[in-house]
Amino acid sequence: MADVICVNGLTKRFGDFVAVNNITFSVKEGEIFGFLGANGAGKTTAMRMLCGLSFPSEGTGTVAGFDIAKQSEKIKKHIGYMSQKFSLYEDLTVMENIQLYAGIYGVEKETMKRESTALLKKLDFENKKDTLVSSLPLGWKQKLAFSAAIFHHPKIVFLDEPTGGVDPATRRQFWEMIYETAANGITIFVTTHYMDEAEYCNRVSIMVDGKIEALNTPKNLKEQFHVDSMSKVFDQLARRAKRGE
Amino acid sequence: MNQFLAFIKKEFFHIYRDKRAILILLVMPIAQILLFGFAISTDVKNIKTAILAPKHTEMMERLAEEIDQNPRFDFVGFLQTENEIDNYLRTNKADVTITFPANFENEVYSGLDNRVCISVNATDPNTASIESNYIAQELYNILSEKTMKGIEPQASPINVRLMYNPQMKSSFNFVPGIMGLIMILICAMMTSVSIVREKESGTMEVLLASPMKPFSIMIAKMVPYFGLACINLISILLLAYFVLDVPLTGSFFWIVALSLLYIILALSLGLLISTLAETQIAAMLISAIVLMMPVILLSGMIFPSESMPPILEYISKIIPTRWYISAMRKLMIQGVSIEYVLKEVYILLGMTAFIIAITIKKFKIRLE
Repeated sequence: MADVICVNGLTKRFGDFVAVNNITFSVKEGEIFGFLGANGAGKTTAMRMLCGLSFPSEGTGTVAGFDIAKQSEKIKKHIGYMSQKFSLYEDLTVMENIQLYAGIYGVEKETMKRESTALLKKLDFENKKDTLVSSLPLGWKQKLAFSAAIFHHPKIVFLDEPTGGVDPATRRQFWEMIYETAANGITIFVTTHYMDEAEYCNRVSIMVDGKIEALNTPKNLKEQFHVDSMSKVFDQLARRAKRGE
Repeated sequence: MNQFLAFIKKEFFHIYRDKRAILILLVMPIAQILLFGFAISTDVKNIKTAILAPKHTEMMERLAEEIDQNPRFDFVGFLQTENEIDNYLRTNKADVTITFPANFENEVYSGLDNRVCISVNATDPNTASIESNYIAQELYNILSEKTMKGIEPQASPINVRLMYNPQMKSSFNFVPGIMGLIMILICAMMTSVSIVREKESGTMEVLLASPMKPFSIMIAKMVPYFGLACINLISILLLAYFVLDVPLTGSFFWIVALSLLYIILALSLGLLISTLAETQIAAMLISAIVLMMPVILLSGMIFPSESMPPILEYISKIIPTRWYISAMRKLMIQGVSIEYVLKEVYILLGMTAFIIAITIKKFKIRLE
């Protein structure tokens, strides 16, 4: 399968501080790629470069076939993005939020109508369509935010700690949605703090102090570090960190 | 374009669902105009007046009656002794006392020197000077009518004409000031708060990761506030003209054109604040301290900038509102043509260009 993200020697400096230090990796189409690291390890900076929000200081990379330094506008059309705060407008209704994101990504009106009806049905949100998002429970907001992020059928969706503050049962349901989306050919690029979630990923990279220290399937990583869980793999690597939080 | 419309629709929902915002945006300007126009005014009414006359003559009675009939004055009574002047003023039984010299009437009729003494409670110097002017004018009017029958009036060598605002209505002065204040409030404060709110809630990140260009996000954010500012401009002008009888003597076209320029300036100020502030509170504070205070105190809205100490006068020169208010007073009240406000227009244009330039620079640095 083709690589949808391909990064070579990517570096980001802020003055003397090297936030992301020469990282190289690739992500295949339809893969669920876990992007792990302690706070301050450089995950967010790396992800911002991939989304075209920040220019790399050095190195090259392509996302969805477009150059991250030169074609960020084109990249933005082919990716979805969900931030850790669920990025919905609380004072807009469920339907208005969907319409807004569809509008921003240039989805045709007819398509939008057809697909939003289907989406509301699938999420079992039909009778909540005109409810303000602020009155929805957290788990529902999260599902809705994810659905909005993939409404325009992007090639890749970037999820920045999408399950923060959500209870385990809802997290479980959310991962089912992620699997279903990946099965439809949308690549998932996800950062998380929860090590049990790392186990669900096809492949996992772990960043320490701006560098990628490990990158493999969860199974291989556990074998490599001779431990029985991703949590222990992460602990071993994170202990090497010299940067404070 | 659809993208842009979808975004503006969202902004409309934000404002529409926030009742407080609606109150601030639409009701407050009207309330302020009415407050400043009627309740808060520096016009002085019902001045309590007492008279100390050596003799209770028919003329004094008539004088008291005329003073009492004038809505500006209330006649509170005749005094008997000089000591009572201090007593009345001190206890606020009277604001003003008039003392007539002995033989006043005889001397008036004979055209001799006649000095009337007006004593005013000058605890509040502004009010005192207005009161003494009013009473002097009133006395002059009454006495010249009463006494000059058949006698050549004593023409004063000084003849004061109050041009453009003969009734000295304070609302004439306040309306341009309120326009200056409201536009800063709506355009700068509300716009910056609404942009910073998106930063705080994390939605700005999502918008920046979308194909929408950062600059069109900013423009789309400004459009509803620009619209609201225009509605306010119209409602203020209508109220000023029909309710407060502010004349709008100058060219209507230039009044509106200059106001639009000022609205754009205020919007770019709002944008600049939003690039500096990280939280809504910070944006509010910057707007309140850096904008509102100087605008209210130094722009000439309430206190004339000409009478400030030099250092404050220099500061007032960098406040855009000062130039806007000055231009509006000239256009609306004095009714001059645009050539006479060119200085203000150029300064406002220069300031707008300068603020937009800094904003664009700051904005690009942020996106890095």
